Amino acid sequence: MDTSSVLWTLISIFYIGLSYFAALCLIFGLLSKLYGYLRTPMPWPEVVTPAPETEGGAIMRVVGDVLIFPNLFKADKYLWAGAWVFHIALAAILFRHLRYFTYPVPSLVLSMETVALFFGYLFGVTILYLFWRRLALPRSLYISNIPDYFALVLLGGIAASGILVSYWLHVNIVDVKAYILGLMTLRPTPPPAHPLFLVHLTLVLILMIYFPFSKLLHAGGIFFSPARNQPYQIQNPGHRYINPWDQSVGD
Amino acid sequence: MKFDETPIVKDPAKEGLSPPNIRENASAAVRCYPSKPKDTQAIGLPGERVPNWQEKGIAKFAELLEKNKALRVYMDICVRCGACTDKCQFYLGTGDPQNFPVMRAELMRKVYRRYFTPAGRANTLSEAADFDEEMLEKWYTYFYQCSECRRCSVFCPYGIDTAEITMAAREIMASIGVSTKYVTEVVAKVYERGNNLGIPPAAWKDNCEFLEQDVEEETGKPIRFPVDDYGADILLVPPSADNFANVDTMIGYGKLFYALGIRWTTSTYCNEGGNFGLFLNYQNLKKVNKRIIDAARMLNVKTIIWGECGHAWRGAILTPTLNGPMDMFDPPYPYHISQFIVKMIRQGAFEGRIDKSANDDYIVTYHDPCNTARAGQLLDEPREILRYCVNHFIEMPRNTIREKTFCCGAGGGLLTDELMPIRMAGGKPRAMAVKHTGANYLATICAICKAQLPESMHYWDVPVKVGGTIDLFARALLL
Repeated sequence: MDTSSVLWTLISIFYIGLSYFAALCLIFGLLSKLYGYLRTPMPWPEVVTPAPETEGGAIMRVVGDVLIFPNLFKADKYLWAGAWVFHIALAAILFRHLRYFTYPVPSLVLSMETVALFFGYLFGVTILYLFWRRLALPRSLYISNIPDYFALVLLGGIAASGILVSYWLHVNIVDVKAYILGLMTLRPTPPPAHPLFLVHLTLVLILMIYFPFSKLLHAGGIFFSPARNQPYQIQNPGHRYINPWDQSVGD
Repeated sequence: MKFDETPIVKDPAKEGLSPPNIRENASAAVRCYPSKPKDTQAIGLPGERVPNWQEKGIAKFAELLEKNKALRVYMDICVRCGACTDKCQFYLGTGDPQNFPVMRAELMRKVYRRYFTPAGRANTLSEAADFDEEMLEKWYTYFYQCSECRRCSVFCPYGIDTAEITMAAREIMASIGVSTKYVTEVVAKVYERGNNLGIPPAAWKDNCEFLEQDVEEETGKPIRFPVDDYGADILLVPPSADNFANVDTMIGYGKLFYALGIRWTTSTYCNEGGNFGLFLNYQNLKKVNKRIIDAARMLNVKTIIWGECGHAWRGAILTPTLNGPMDMFDPPYPYHISQFIVKMIRQGAFEGRIDKSANDDYIVTYHDPCNTARAGQLLDEPREILRYCVNHFIEMPRNTIREKTFCCGAGGGLLTDELMPIRMAGGKPRAMAVKHTGANYLATICAICKAQLPESMHYWDVPVKVGGTIDLFARALLL
């Protein structure tokens, strides 16, 4: 074996190892964080009113929060527009990436062919907007910190490298899919030897490791916010709110 | 019934209520007097700062993270989007960026990251800070410049509720012997005398007798203000200020129950709804609240009605959780006086007995107290009462009412003289909104609002009388 193939073997092993490590970090990090939220009790009714009075209503309120960000809309229309488009584009892109993880690929994913690039650009543009906003508005600048910029730069890098390898400096997507399916079936193969793709992959793996331990966890935490997910049932008979760690009536 | 009939006036942001420029440390020097050992010892707190306070404080923090889902979730999920930065009345009034809800919460998150997250321990990308003297000083300053009003939560995409964060920070501080004179003094008074103002039982009875004489002279009717009447139908738990400063509200209760022919009473054991335990710690919250149930049992009443008080209603909501099932009382419970009046109105109890023109000298607007609007679902009831008893009712701009209401500027244990600068600054958005309406009567259902608003309205040069909704209702009521 010559030097370069040894090197390539080492790089492959590194990426395979890092990929598994990142996946484990994401899954177990996320599960442990969310389990922490789940098992921690809310000792008293905490919902911010006006609130729905039924469990179904409370679920709909959280679903609404996740899908259309109504509070942000009330707070700041420009931020709402930027954030909403950003998340929609992100969701579309993640969905489109199913083509690397599934066989056969669902037809809906395939039919996105024509709009995929549009969402890619949209994602990039909203990242730029959100970044600009942090710098341009004095109050946003004041509260912004390294993690805030880091998250946007990371996503921006992922978007840029992703668009490039998909539409300009093409990576062979058969190789990409072989690599991912290899990982998933525990029969790993080397990643595509495409430098820019490796940049894209590296950034994604960093994101996966970073995700459960950062503010990006809002994606899971939003389901556990007591101010939003409790129904207001104070006066409904039979709906006494119990504090799990203190059921004494006072001394 | 539709309540939103008044035309929507222009956004006050276009009328001079745009957010101020950032002024670092603008309100850093406004701080509460520290508590006195005699008060803290009386309410089960350390008399002075405990020796190993850092360790103890972090241990308390760890305990609260295990016990309070809201705290745990809200420590992690803020993305610092900035939606809340122009929503807090204390930022709008002062320009101090530490009064951004996000920065207030960050004071706690920095400590959380240092002691409870891997990245914070390693001090890498995330911003973490030690729980040291400087940090404690900031906590003491800025967690007592928060009125726990929850306005920020309404605008946060995740509903992050700074009130829960402030309450946790104050609980941690209280556990290591750091608390304010005002709040601890008030709680100590409740245990000693039964109410926040420290009115002794004899004086409470005297006040009620004076009121009976006055009202009888004025109306010619034998309107009673019963005290400790065993076996009454209703125990009224007013804020004690209603029998002291806001007597028109107290007269309102008397006329209301007289008109309905209901036997009611107040209790000298507990003549206070406003629960300052909310501003201090869980143990006192629970203990203060229990007095209400005990008083009701002692007097063997059928049900309890909470008077016009915001924090009392917040406490009332927690009552079945804190102090056990209320099954021994007639439902609904907890029950608010506004809900009671609305029910009576709808049953026709006041048919033909209301003369709206009695209030024609007033153009009335309504200030939603933060706790009735954002914690207690009482948004429509007070408005229904007002529309039933006044001819001229006008709403303030839409982004300053209902769940978007501004705090009066003195809730959450801030109603103390040494905080006057922050109170007046925090009262500005509300004052501007009232000015916008041109009303000359500002109705509200909270004793703290009724104490703060006259001062802040005077300060901001808004000529308006402040009073309860029941005051107006009683004026219009034909006896």
